Amino acid sequence: MAENTEWKDVLVFIEVSDGKPQEVGWELLGQATKLAGKLGQKVKALIIGKDVEKYAQEAVSYGADTVYVVDDPSYETYVTRTYCKAFCDVVTKHKPTIVLIGATPLGRDLSGAVGTILQAGLTADCTGLDIDDKTLKLLSTRPTFGGNIMATIFCQKGQPQMSTVRPKVMKKGTPDPARKGEIIKENIPVDPKDLTVKVLDFIPDKAGAVEIEHAKIIVAGGKGVNSPEGFEQLKKLADLLGGEVAGSRPMVEAGLLTSERQVGQTGKTVCPRVFIAVGISGAIQHLVGMQNSDVIISINSDPNAPIFKVSTVSIVEKWQSAIPKLIEQLEARIH
Amino acid sequence: MHIAVLIKQVPDTQEVKIDPEKNTIVRAGVESIVNPFDMNAVELALQLVEKHGGEVSVITMGPPQAEAALKETLAMGVTRVLLITDRKFAAADTLATSYTLAKAIEKLSAESGNVDLIICGKQAVDGDTAQTGPGVATRLNFDQATYVTTVDKIDIESKKIVVKRRLAKGVEIVEASLPALITVEKDINEPRYASLPGLVKAERDKIAWWDAAYIGADDDHIGFKGSPTWVKKIFTPPPREGGPELSGESAVKEALDLVFENKHFKEAVLGEEGA
Ligand SMILES: Cc1cc2nc3c(=O)[nH]c(=O)nc-3n(C[C@H](O)[C@H](O)[C@H](O)COP(=O)(O)OP(=O)(O)OC[C@H]3O[C@@H](n4cnc5c(N)ncnc54)[C@H](O)[C@@H]3O)c2cc1C
Ligand SMILES: Nc1ncnc2c1ncn2[C@@H]1O[C@H](COP(=O)(O)O)[C@@H](O)[C@H]1O
Repeated sequence: MAENTEWKDVLVFIEVSDGKPQEVGWELLGQATKLAGKLGQKVKALIIGKDVEKYAQEAVSYGADTVYVVDDPSYETYVTRTYCKAFCDVVTKHKPTIVLIGATPLGRDLSGAVGTILQAGLTADCTGLDIDDKTLKLLSTRPTFGGNIMATIFCQKGQPQMSTVRPKVMKKGTPDPARKGEIIKENIPVDPKDLTVKVLDFIPDKAGAVEIEHAKIIVAGGKGVNSPEGFEQLKKLADLLGGEVAGSRPMVEAGLLTSERQVGQTGKTVCPRVFIAVGISGAIQHLVGMQNSDVIISINSDPNAPIFKVSTVSIVEKWQSAIPKLIEQLEARIH
Repeated sequence: MHIAVLIKQVPDTQEVKIDPEKNTIVRAGVESIVNPFDMNAVELALQLVEKHGGEVSVITMGPPQAEAALKETLAMGVTRVLLITDRKFAAADTLATSYTLAKAIEKLSAESGNVDLIICGKQAVDGDTAQTGPGVATRLNFDQATYVTTVDKIDIESKKIVVKRRLAKGVEIVEASLPALITVEKDINEPRYASLPGLVKAERDKIAWWDAAYIGADDDHIGFKGSPTWVKKIFTPPPREGGPELSGESAVKEALDLVFENKHFKEAVLGEEGA
């Protein structure tokens, strides 16, 4: 029990990449506030990078009571070893019992290294976090086997308890700019010996590259649509609503969509306000990527389509007749 | 150049079910495959030694049946395969798995020459953790590059490797020092089919089994004992409540009537705050 009195509080990593804090950090602060509330403990945040101190107050506004800032020009680009060292230093010094990291490419790269150095239990890619009422341990729930099965995992021993959490699953709270918190600068110099990995260049995706994970409204098409004409209709509907077109994997394989528009296990996880699924059957690998959307409207000619089970409202009809009606009636209602 | 590829045998994900009574995963009758990303890792290793010379060793930690996965890679043309197997490895989480694999790599380096490059898949499709690669690299203190889509250059003399990495918003080009570990994306290549000599070799070669003692693994760091994380329960995801299913001439209108009552829909479509 001695170790539990020493290790306390919930630490959230605020990833700064592409020149800005990633949303998942704010989402995690919201969840961390709930967990810390159950434990009667505090929420802490960790920011690593160059010129990143300016984001500390934002972390406070989303719920951090204390923000540790590792701000140094040598952290300008992410290198596993240097970030891992800084991260482990902060954890070893401040002993948070729970450490949460966004399951982004950077977050997954980092957490595997940090977990190994700290010899900590690490649950990857979680979609649910809670505290066990009896043991006060972190319970991390994650999909496995492609989303067919959920597993709830806890750390039977060791500290801290680490989890990476899928972006867009936890809802971020409303920031309170007036909220007060403590900002602590940590001076952790980089050992030049650790800089054997060098970033030579970064080629950003073309301007205007789609990021369906940020879209408020998504109109997605599946094999039931399967034609350029069909996707033209979907584009028209998406444009009318200010949304993006996306789809199921077979549509990417058929060349009707580019892969960054694929929703699902091997594509993107999205959580828009409105997801319109057209001619998509609702295979589990697709559902795991969209079932957290606030409103799901599905259009499918098969009255037994599995997608209906996750839909807010379903229209049993062919898209050929349903989509033109939808466009016409929405135009009338919006304008 | 000596390249080690780490592969995992996984169940064909689509078919896995839970036994509702025992609350355990039903594996009987489920076909096993080599984790798809690991096939790309094997292919990359073969291409690199074809270009630069060297050997490819394929390693898996798993039960005796995982021999089938190793045989598949022998048929593709790899130099040697190793099964890291021991009852004591059971119930390993990523921390224990990466410890065990790192130990196996050390043993392999001692027996067959230092490993210059380790290639892993981006993630295993059964667990989707993507943590084993970074864990092994950190254990061995190797440079690491995850999410690799292209190997641009390898220079054995200067011990440098240049790769492209797929990140959320673009492609990063990084240079790392050998020995290094990389994890690869699906689109890095198209895995080759088995060759006839490969199939013969797969049939003929006896697969080496290495146990915990042989690789010098510490019992406290392997299997259940070496795994901080533990599965509390498994369950089938609760179905989301489906809403009304509308059909007939006025289905679209009725559906719109419904969603226009919904706060999220109104906010998103009409931009009404706090509606
Ligand atoms: C390891 C693995 C990973 C995978 N990852 C993904 C992933 O990331 N994303 C993904 O989407 N899939 C993924 N899949 C594939 C997945 O299993 C399904 O095969 C796929 O999602 C089905 O796509 P679909 O719904 O478009 O097609 P189908 O299942 O063929 O469904 C087409 C639907 O259209 C309906 N329809 C037909 N005609 C009309 C019409 N005129 N009007 C309206 N409706 C019509 C049909 O009733 C049917 O329901 C993965 C599979 C595996 C094994
Ligand atoms: N038991 C294992 N034996 C060998 N390699 C493994 C094993 N588990 C994972 N790996 C490797 O680590 C990668 C990532 O796996 P995971 O961390 O489980 O998503 C896989 O693609 C394999 O290359």
